[in-house]
Amino acid sequence: MLDLTYEPPKPKVIQGAKHDWELVIGLEVHAQVASKAKLFSGASTQFGAEPNSNVAFVDAAMPGMLPVINEFCVEQAVRTGLGLKASINLRSAFDRKNYFYPDLPQGYQISQLYHPIVGEGEVLVDMAPGIARLVRIERIHIEQDAGKSIHDMDPNMSFVDLNRTGVALMEIVSRPDIRGPEEAAAYVVKLRQIMRYLGTCDGNMQNGNLRADVNVSVCRPGDYERYQETQDFSHLGTRCEIKNMNSMRFIQAAIEYEARRQIALIEDGKEVVQETRLYDPDKGETRSMRSKEEAHDYRYFPCPDLLPLEIEQAWVDDIAASLPELPDEKRARFVLDYGMTEYDASVLTADVESAMFFENVARGRDGKTAANWVINELFGRLKKDDLGISESPVSAAQLGAILDLLGRDEISGKIAKDLFEIVWTEGGDPAQIVEDRGMKQVTDTGAIEAAVDEVIAANPGQVEKAKANPKLAGWFVGQVMKATGGKANPKAVNDLVAAKLGL
Amino acid sequence: MSDLTKLTIAGARDALRKGDTTATELTQACLDAIEGAGALNAFVHKTPEIALERAKAADARIKAGDAPAMCGIPVGIKDLFCTRGVDSQAASRILQGFKPEYESTVSQKLVDAGSIMLGKLNMDEFAMGSSNETSVYGNAVNPWKSGDTDLTPGGSSGGSAAAVAADLCLAATGTDTGGSIRQPAAFTGIVGLKPTYGRCSRWGIVAFASSLDQAGPMTKTVRDAAIMMQAMAGHDPKDSTSADLAVPDFEAMLTGDIRGKTIGIPREYRMDGMPAEIESLWAEGRKMLEDAGAKIVDISLPHTKYALPAYYVIAPAEASSNLARYDGVRYGHRAKLAQGDGITDMYEKTRAEGFGPEVQRRVMVGTYVLSAGFYDAYYNRARKVRALIKKDFDDAFASGVDAILTPATPSAAFPLGQTHDDPVQMYLNDVFTVTVNLAGLPGISVPTGLDSQGLPLGLQLIGRPWEEGDLLNTAHVLESAAGFVAKPGKWW
Repeated sequence: MLDLTYEPPKPKVIQGAKHDWELVIGLEVHAQVASKAKLFSGASTQFGAEPNSNVAFVDAAMPGMLPVINEFCVEQAVRTGLGLKASINLRSAFDRKNYFYPDLPQGYQISQLYHPIVGEGEVLVDMAPGIARLVRIERIHIEQDAGKSIHDMDPNMSFVDLNRTGVALMEIVSRPDIRGPEEAAAYVVKLRQIMRYLGTCDGNMQNGNLRADVNVSVCRPGDYERYQETQDFSHLGTRCEIKNMNSMRFIQAAIEYEARRQIALIEDGKEVVQETRLYDPDKGETRSMRSKEEAHDYRYFPCPDLLPLEIEQAWVDDIAASLPELPDEKRARFVLDYGMTEYDASVLTADVESAMFFENVARGRDGKTAANWVINELFGRLKKDDLGISESPVSAAQLGAILDLLGRDEISGKIAKDLFEIVWTEGGDPAQIVEDRGMKQVTDTGAIEAAVDEVIAANPGQVEKAKANPKLAGWFVGQVMKATGGKANPKAVNDLVAAKLGL
Repeated sequence: MSDLTKLTIAGARDALRKGDTTATELTQACLDAIEGAGALNAFVHKTPEIALERAKAADARIKAGDAPAMCGIPVGIKDLFCTRGVDSQAASRILQGFKPEYESTVSQKLVDAGSIMLGKLNMDEFAMGSSNETSVYGNAVNPWKSGDTDLTPGGSSGGSAAAVAADLCLAATGTDTGGSIRQPAAFTGIVGLKPTYGRCSRWGIVAFASSLDQAGPMTKTVRDAAIMMQAMAGHDPKDSTSADLAVPDFEAMLTGDIRGKTIGIPREYRMDGMPAEIESLWAEGRKMLEDAGAKIVDISLPHTKYALPAYYVIAPAEASSNLARYDGVRYGHRAKLAQGDGITDMYEKTRAEGFGPEVQRRVMVGTYVLSAGFYDAYYNRARKVRALIKKDFDDAFASGVDAILTPATPSAAFPLGQTHDDPVQMYLNDVFTVTVNLAGLPGISVPTGLDSQGLPLGLQLIGRPWEEGDLLNTAHVLESAAGFVAKPGKWW
């Protein structure tokens, strides 16, 4: 019933100098777990704190300090897994990924290589109404974030800020199911949307709370289908990994550039080298960070400081029972319940606050009108002032009251928009404002008739023209509305103008 | 009382409670003994002010009449334990000057119980060694001598063993990753207990190999080990691997009655080339337990011979990762850098200067066995061996064995300098003890005799997991039967 039928989008095709090429893309998304405390210490995760102020002894890797798992972070990972329709592993384990860097005080990152907490899941990535890509999730594991190295504050020294060290991340690994730059960005948008619904990641990309590593390869048309049939990666091209991107725009630009770079290499008779690359947004290109040969040997092994993480099915069931309605379901329900278009439903469900705002407006009112007002008037106005829905000066109750006045014909559509603006800037009870400022629609036919007579009497020439061309009646309606300050009931004016002109 | 420092914990406790002496007197006597024992090089950071202050507080507590057993007992703390405001450098140059702002859980528990820290004890660097010779402070010396030859006190808890054996303190903490409590205890004629993995919190103890490290008491008697264990043990939410189990009254479990208990003698511990003295000591121990009413059975622990190689893969692997944090960035030693040196130079120079050769060797071995291409051949295989060794013990216990009797060491204390050029010779010291760490079991070394040169020898008892009380009771019987009372002649 709520099952939306969809078709997969066409893969992006890039024309090389010799052939057509397709892209194959997989993403590793690092999402910071929405948690007040770090993954293995009680230190705060607050963004923007004084450097090195949110650091516990264990974060600074003081001798003898030990990690203790933050159960809330585990819950958030499970919640995310359930939101991505993934299997939850009741037994998972932590491994150490060893490498040296000053912003990694322990000399290793605690992660989950061998036994991640979340197994296979899926995400439906909407591209257009009726068009969506089902992207398979391979796994989600939890791990520690590193700190921040600052190289540009001093000519001779580097600085290290450990505030981020040990903050919990979820690494969400997709299968190579994404077939173009737009799809890749849409996938991240969808993941972000789902996690924000779930409350497991705030999705703030600017603060680095959501970053993506993108694996890109190119292949000839048909190769991908062969891979799908066999799951044999040899049908696909050599991939490069572009690290650590924190904007949808960069993700798309980097993929586009990287695909063209690889195509040019292959068509030139050269080989794509498997390597890690960085995207330079200033130059709009990717450049090599380290090749496969230079790749770190991370010497993963089970972290002996932590017991395997065992969780109970009943606990998982409790979390599952507490999941909110997710975007796909909510959108389908909006289409069904409110009779709106899928597009409008998408707009209204883009984030949970908007959806909630809309439903508060629509409750007990006409859904379509509510949708129009929220999308066109409210969202338009918010955008103009660069405000989020939670900062809206007009509450759902106020907007609802405006729609009630409109529904009862007490104000016209135009007045309603004026009223909206008044409420936006001044606040107040819409009904009271209408009352106080005499904005009520004039439905007294006597008063309207007088106004119509006046206009007709004053414009004999127009009357003649209108008799020849009834479409000009609209001009009279406009004049009457002007004369009544927009308060006359438009339908009554229409009827009277037509009657008086004998149309 | 002139021989205050010779008191056991139990004896001192009783004397303190009776008012025969005071914690302050006792502490002062130990401090004086330490001052006179520089030649042993056991105490490497002395804390007399802290000691006398705590002694005063202990006396007040004793006077008030609610003092626990450890109250007023002067002890030494192995340098591996972080102690607030006091140098804690794991006998390594790389932690030179490091004074933690926190106190390890175990040493804090001892403070809470009223015991008195006299100072920090020598050890092998990062607890890596069996002779105390890898210490940045220079080795501690065994109070026992073979003629004129200076002997090793064993390692890594060599300073702890020497201090207790020489009556510089009533007891000391040790840590045991592959035998580091039991081997030095055997070499110095004292009792050393490594409890079940998870019995003591590892929080605040500088990590060597996290899956093997355990703290434990090093004492003059089994009863003292029971009393001190009581104070050290217990669940700690700050250590995820510490067990949430109640700590029984270990001393109350020393009934001296082991009738009906089954003691296993593992045939695989009869090594080729084992000295006859060790062989006969073992046989005597078997007889003593039998005479006390225990049933003796021969058992097999078939994977024993793989234990040492497995240990010397797993322990260095974990160590290579645990020691990565010593990079000169945040604390401890940092090398002086040359113009143009980068971050890699800083790491390399700092670690080359800060770590001694044995630590460097193990970091390199550990890095190697974890590296891509060798992981399965070494680390994973060692883990499988470890599981098999644990299963050997599980099977033995399942067949009704209550404890297992083995030699503690393959020899008596050896001369200092002997294993310098041959690390493998040094590693062989751990041959009887590493299985216990790999299996996470409790093990205790009990002095039971002297060799022909008059040097102490010990036997090891291995118990069921979490049955330290039972194990201590069996050890208590063995101790009583052996009647080991010898003391090293004072030469220092």
